[in-house]
Formats: sequence, C-alpha cells, structure tokens
Amino acid sequence: MRRWNFALVAMTGASLLGAAAAFAQADKSIEGIEKYREALKDGNPAELFEASGEELWKKPAGPNNVSLEKCDLGLGAGVVDGAYAQLPRYFKDTDKVQDAESRVLTCMSTLQGVDVSKYVNANWASPEKDQLNAIATFIAGMSKDKPVKISLAHPKEQQSFNMGRRMFYFEGGPHDFACATCHGQEGVRIRLQDLPNIPTKKGAAAGWTSWPAYRVSSGQMWGMQWRLADCFRQQRFPEPIYGSDVTVALSMYMAATSNGAVMATPGIKR
Amino acid sequence: MKKISCILAVLAATPALAADTNWGAGADDAAFQAMLKAGFREKGIAKISRLDQDATQAFCSDPRHAVDKDSAKQREKIEAENMATIKWPADGKWLGDWKEGEKIAQSGRGLTSTDKAGDVNGGNCYNCHQISPKEISYGTIGPSLLHYGKLRGMNDETLRYTWGRIFNAKAYNACSNMPRAGHMGIITEEQIRNLMALLLDPQSPVNQ
Repeated sequence: MRRWNFALVAMTGASLLGAAAAFAQADKSIEGIEKYREALKDGNPAELFEASGEELWKKPAGPNNVSLEKCDLGLGAGVVDGAYAQLPRYFKDTDKVQDAESRVLTCMSTLQGVDVSKYVNANWASPEKDQLNAIATFIAGMSKDKPVKISLAHPKEQQSFNMGRRMFYFEGGPHDFACATCHGQEGVRIRLQDLPNIPTKKGAAAGWTSWPAYRVSSGQMWGMQWRLADCFRQQRFPEPIYGSDVTVALSMYMAATSNGAVMATPGIKR
Repeated sequence: MKKISCILAVLAATPALAADTNWGAGADDAAFQAMLKAGFREKGIAKISRLDQDATQAFCSDPRHAVDKDSAKQREKIEAENMATIKWPADGKWLGDWKEGEKIAQSGRGLTSTDKAGDVNGGNCYNCHQISPKEISYGTIGPSLLHYGKLRGMNDETLRYTWGRIFNAKAYNACSNMPRAGHMGIITEEQIRNLMALLLDPQSPVNQ
C-alpha cells in the first residue's frame, strides 16, 4: 500500500515539476491520474477494510458479548445485503433519520451495550474510527451495483432532505464558504480536482455512490462521515459531530438527489 | 383527478424537486437552528461562533437571492454595505512585491480547525483562478486572471477596483463565491499589496 502511495506522489510530483509547460499538460496529468485510478480498481485496498468490517460485524463484542448480526439497517434485523443503497432512512425505534454510520452506533449501543460516546468523540485517525469506517465499508460493499433507492415518504425523511439542502447552501465562517461554493456549479475544479455539482443527479451520484472510499494519498479508508467532516474543515467551519443530524441531513440530500444511480462502493480516490 | 395523480407521480419520481418550496430560511427555522447547535462543536481555532452569519452570509445562503429579479434591490444594499468596509491603502501605495504575491496566491493555508492561531494565512487564489502562466495547477471557479494587468492597463480605476475586489469581493457582486479576504481578516494589507503587484506589475509573470 505504501508503495502505491509513493507511486502516486511520484507521478503527481513529476507532473508538477513540468509546470512550465503548456496547458495541455494539465489535461494530461488529470488523464494520468484517471488511468492510475482505473488500474487500481483491480486491487482496491478497500477490500481489506471490507473484510475486517465483516469480521467486526460478526464478532461478539461489548459488555453484552454479542455480534452486530441482528442489527436492523432498515431492511429487517440482520439484512445487510442492499441496505446501504436505501440509507439514510427513518427508523421507528430511534424516531430519527439515520445513515449507515449513525445506525451502526445505535446497534452497538442497543445490542452490544457499548458506550458509543467514546467512538463519537475519537479522532478521525484512531482505532475507534477505524472500526466504524471498516464496518461502514463492509455494509456499503454489500450494496455494490445496487441502485440508490431513497424514500422521502415519512415526514421526517422529507424534513431531513429539506434541512440537508438548506445546510448545503449555508454560508459561514471567515471565508463565507458553503458546500455550494465549490459544489454548486457545473464543470469547475479546485486546482486540478474536478468538483461534482451536487444539486444535479449526476453530481449527487458522483458525490454519493463512491463512498466509503480508499484514499490513496493518505492510505486511509474514509466513510461519508469523514468525507463530510473534511469538507467542513476546508470550509473553515467548526467540526461536525460524528453521526449528528446535520451530517445525516446532508447525506439525505445527496443520496435522494442521486436516486436511481448505481452504488460503486467501496470507491478509490486520489 | 387524473391531473392530480399525474402530478403526484412526477413528485414521487423526483424527490429533489418535491421540496422546491418550503426549505430555505423562514421554513422550519427553529429546527434548523437546533440542528446546527447540536451538530457542531468547536475544534482548535474554529469556534462555534463561525456559524453566526452576518447579513451577507444569511442573504446569500438562499441561492435564489443571487439571481432572481425580486432580490436586485437587496443585492444592491448588500453590495453598498460591503463597499463601506473597504480600507484603502493609507499611504497611497498600491503595489508591493509580485514574488511575495505569488507565494500568497499559491498558499491555501490558514484558519481551518487544524491550523494554529497566528499562522500566516494564504490567499487561496490558485484554488479558483488561473494567474501566472507558469502554474498549470489552477482552479476554475473564478475567472482567469492571466495577463490581468496587460489587458487592463495600470490606471487609477484599475488599481482601485482590484484592491477593492480583493479586500471585499461582495462589494461588487453580493453573492460572489470569492472570500472577503481583507474585510474578514484573512490576509493583511501588506499581503494585498503583494497580490496587487502579482496582478498588475509589468514585471510579474502574469503580464508576460
């Protein structure tokens, strides 16, 4: 894995060194990264996280010493197959709309008796968050190639969608940034990074269907919760709390806007 | 009846459009504020108060305000308020060192939850603009600034406009995507002078 990181660094480094050349080169380096990404798909390191996530799912743990296998992800207790493609959704037992990651916290708490505050408050690069990311990767992998199917039938689902949409356009902080500042136009980029236009189906699908993803540049596996937190960091916002309603609402906005798109999880990113 | 079920079918098929009304400011404000309050916590220098919007941020958080005709008067008011914040160079010196300006334009650092208080902030310019022809890794959210000075010529009007635009872009376009670099204290007056030189100095690579 380390070797791959180095390869990418070497590649992008080389393309930056040639910066004096014409613009055509910019397109070429993007193309190079695309090719590299394509090649990596055959051996996405995310598979390792999927495997460890499955193990964590099936292993008895917590004060109650039970596994998560009875966890209800929306399709009934114990059904993982296809569940991620239909999340976020409303859950009667918590009376909340939840995404996969916040739902896993609920199951850890109710089934295993785990005090999840430790997991919520842990740093991103910590054993606790590694576990949550691996479990999310396992769950998402079980929806690979399934169409996104989000319902807004329950009033709380509709409310979550509306709140997520409002949050998407919410400007704040010293830079006046909102999600929409970067993700609200077609065909723009930051430096050489193309940006999905989230309010469109195509853009929402690009933003939603390939997370959790393995990030080659950092060698880390990121779930959507981590992805969103890093967006807010770059927006110069305070930190969104793991599994909070605002993060679920943003996911609801993205997921429902991408309805019908096909899940390509787990993904791989630069 | 047929018409109604037809509309319902359309709504069901496109959830993104189903909520086209009733989602922005004024709709469910209490719930939105509660969600914000419960959803974030301070981290490092990124305090919760960063979620308190000023009038410009609140206005521009509705994407319709940036374009619709009915909001034109409000946009003018927002622009006038921002224009009044601009501090012009006290000594009448507009241009600094373009080499320093290039460094500031390159840097996207500063003011995130993982930056330290007192760190030197960057201008984030290349994230969104093409500037020097030597830098091919540039963003496209903002317009290209290649040959900026050469195209405009160095006159008082250009100097004033460029300074103002860097200091507070919302004085010229109420809901511009560009940060208000001077007004919000992102960069200093000295840094603005250096960025001015990068754009306007005939020796700057931008104008070669």
